[in-house]
Amino acid sequence: MSAVIESHGHDDHHHGPAKGLTRWLYTTNHKDIGSLYLWFSFAMFLIGGAMAMVIRAELFQPGMQIVEPEFYNQMLTLHGLIMVFGAVMPAFVGLANWLVPMMVGAPDMALPRMNNLSFWILPFAFFILLSSLFMEGGAPNFGWTFYAPLSTTYAPPSVTFFIFAVHIMGASSIMGSINVIVTIMNMRAPGMTLMKMPLFVWSWLITAYLLIAVMPVLAGAVTMMLMDIHFGTSFFNAAGGGDPVLFQHIFWFFGHPEVYIMILPAFGIASHIIETFSRKQLFGYASMVWAMASIAILSFVVWAHHMFTVGLPLAAELFFMWATMLIAVPTGVKVFNWVTTMFKGSISYETPMLFAIAFVVLFTIGGFSGLMLAITPADFQYHDTYFVVAHFHYVLVPGSIFSIMAAVYYWIPKWTGNMYDERLGKLHFWLSFIGVNVTFFPQHWIGLAGMPRRVPDYALQFADWNMISSVGAFLFGASQILFMYIVLKTVMGGKKATPQVWEGSRGLEWTVESPAPYHTFTTPPKVN
Amino acid sequence: MNEGSKKTIKTLCFAILGMFTFSFALVPLYNVFCEVTGLNGKIELRATSNKDIEIDNGRDISIQFVSHNNEEMPWAFKPSEDNIQVKTGKYHTATFYVKNTTNKRMVAQAIPSVAPSNAAAHLKKLECFCFEKQELAPGEEALLPVRLIFDDELPSSINSVVLSYTIFDVTDYNDIEFAQHDSEHHANHEMEPSI
Repeated sequence: MSAVIESHGHDDHHHGPAKGLTRWLYTTNHKDIGSLYLWFSFAMFLIGGAMAMVIRAELFQPGMQIVEPEFYNQMLTLHGLIMVFGAVMPAFVGLANWLVPMMVGAPDMALPRMNNLSFWILPFAFFILLSSLFMEGGAPNFGWTFYAPLSTTYAPPSVTFFIFAVHIMGASSIMGSINVIVTIMNMRAPGMTLMKMPLFVWSWLITAYLLIAVMPVLAGAVTMMLMDIHFGTSFFNAAGGGDPVLFQHIFWFFGHPEVYIMILPAFGIASHIIETFSRKQLFGYASMVWAMASIAILSFVVWAHHMFTVGLPLAAELFFMWATMLIAVPTGVKVFNWVTTMFKGSISYETPMLFAIAFVVLFTIGGFSGLMLAITPADFQYHDTYFVVAHFHYVLVPGSIFSIMAAVYYWIPKWTGNMYDERLGKLHFWLSFIGVNVTFFPQHWIGLAGMPRRVPDYALQFADWNMISSVGAFLFGASQILFMYIVLKTVMGGKKATPQVWEGSRGLEWTVESPAPYHTFTTPPKVN
Repeated sequence: MNEGSKKTIKTLCFAILGMFTFSFALVPLYNVFCEVTGLNGKIELRATSNKDIEIDNGRDISIQFVSHNNEEMPWAFKPSEDNIQVKTGKYHTATFYVKNTTNKRMVAQAIPSVAPSNAAAHLKKLECFCFEKQELAPGEEALLPVRLIFDDELPSSINSVVLSYTIFDVTDYNDIEFAQHDSEHHANHEMEPSI
């Protein structure tokens, strides 16, 4: 009798993943779902990247060569939407799924079934969004910011599909954040106080609160659009007493915290990697936490710096200018701490460290151009030029995307049990680093010289830098195929990784074997 | 799942519902905010009743009139004069020419806007075509008056004001009134066209 019970218990404890396709469909395991998110994100990164290639190919020379202007606008819109909602955000959720439970010593996410749901509705959202390309009137063509009335009165019929896709993405994000918060707040290993949590966990806790606060506002904005389009309301329609400027206020009330949602987890990742490869303890842990919290809080009171030219009163322009500049203070604290962590460290330059250092340097450049844009009178000149494009690509590509790549190289030995090919990893880094700078740095200059954004054609004086920018973009795009090859090669095999993987790595996830067993911390570890 | 988790989930669900509601609450909040602060150049759509507003030695203000047609509103709509000189504390009358260029009866509503926006609170109107809807028969034309005054509180930094009207097609929102009005009379404007 007791033998039967024992063998039953034995089964429960050591069962691995189910076999076949249904493993992925039905899985409630945080590691499986993390992998699903990451692969989905990579697929979206390639699709959104292909659209960027269409854009840069058209801009290679002045004049219209490859696509119609209408199609160009659709590429532009979908590129933005897919990269923001399909590539960057799911990648961070994937990392959270893989790492948060292991980092806090929890056996899984708090709500595993909802975790499954929040992932599996995403492919449907993007199927709906992408299918609009084949609809009459084409895909959404109003830019990722979908300003009304361009996205209501003048939108193609497919806008309704766009709205539902955004609703689904929002639902997915909200469920993901509930899971993260509940896991972190209630399932930490005994002894792990809030101020002992790894910084990636802190960064995600703050990000999840931001998502909870603003994704419902985005849902509200698209719901109002839906009602304006189909139910005769006039939220944003001046003819019925509404106000298009109100749309911009609501959108950016969501939109500005959203851009920090896409960068805060990157701060966490960079902190871990820099401390590991500097072989030092991170400088200023508490100030890092407070800096992230301040950035998150300030993100709610700066939204109108996206709208300096709509005709705000002077007092509002001054307030939003100063509030925006204030964000440079906590951001400066973070950059200072990273640099100080590296100072006099025994640094080695493995691929994750290269990406992390590039992140610090290039994100800071993006931050500086952000400060330039924050100056209200100067912004009237920069508004809607390529300078803005250069700015947000500097914070998103070598910012968010580089941090995601750094995280993949850093943790992939833990995920697969195999070391990646260091030589190829470094090659990938240098190709990406050169590609990204050649693509986006010249865009500062053509922007300052007056080239407007969101145009399929441009004046002749911008031709040279646009061509260089396109060459850089093709290089960056192609080097991501190498990234895919490196990841696949690592999944297939390679040098076996030790549990600790890196000499300087610390934290609970490095105490379990590599690859991490299907179930970890079924009995919570003790944290001192 | 432990009690702590349940409580966290409940709190978060309330926060989510609260923020969704808040996004809709932004609409009235925005309007109230604009009304209280006078932002957005919105001015009252009713006549002033203040009699003490007139003074003798006001200063010179230049008013520029601007007219817009919303979306595909087909009427001809333009100010009789682009620019007039007025004095604060004195009433002036300006007119806008309007013509229904279509072959069907239409109803229009004009919406004013003032720039700079901090002048809006000091611009009072005794009468304005924007106070009521304008109904014109096919091909009918009219001169629409606005009688306005700047009070003396107008900030001294303001010497020039733009008064803009956008005319909206509201025919579809007037079907019921239409049937009643059709047999009785045409437009309800005060002055007949002089051209």
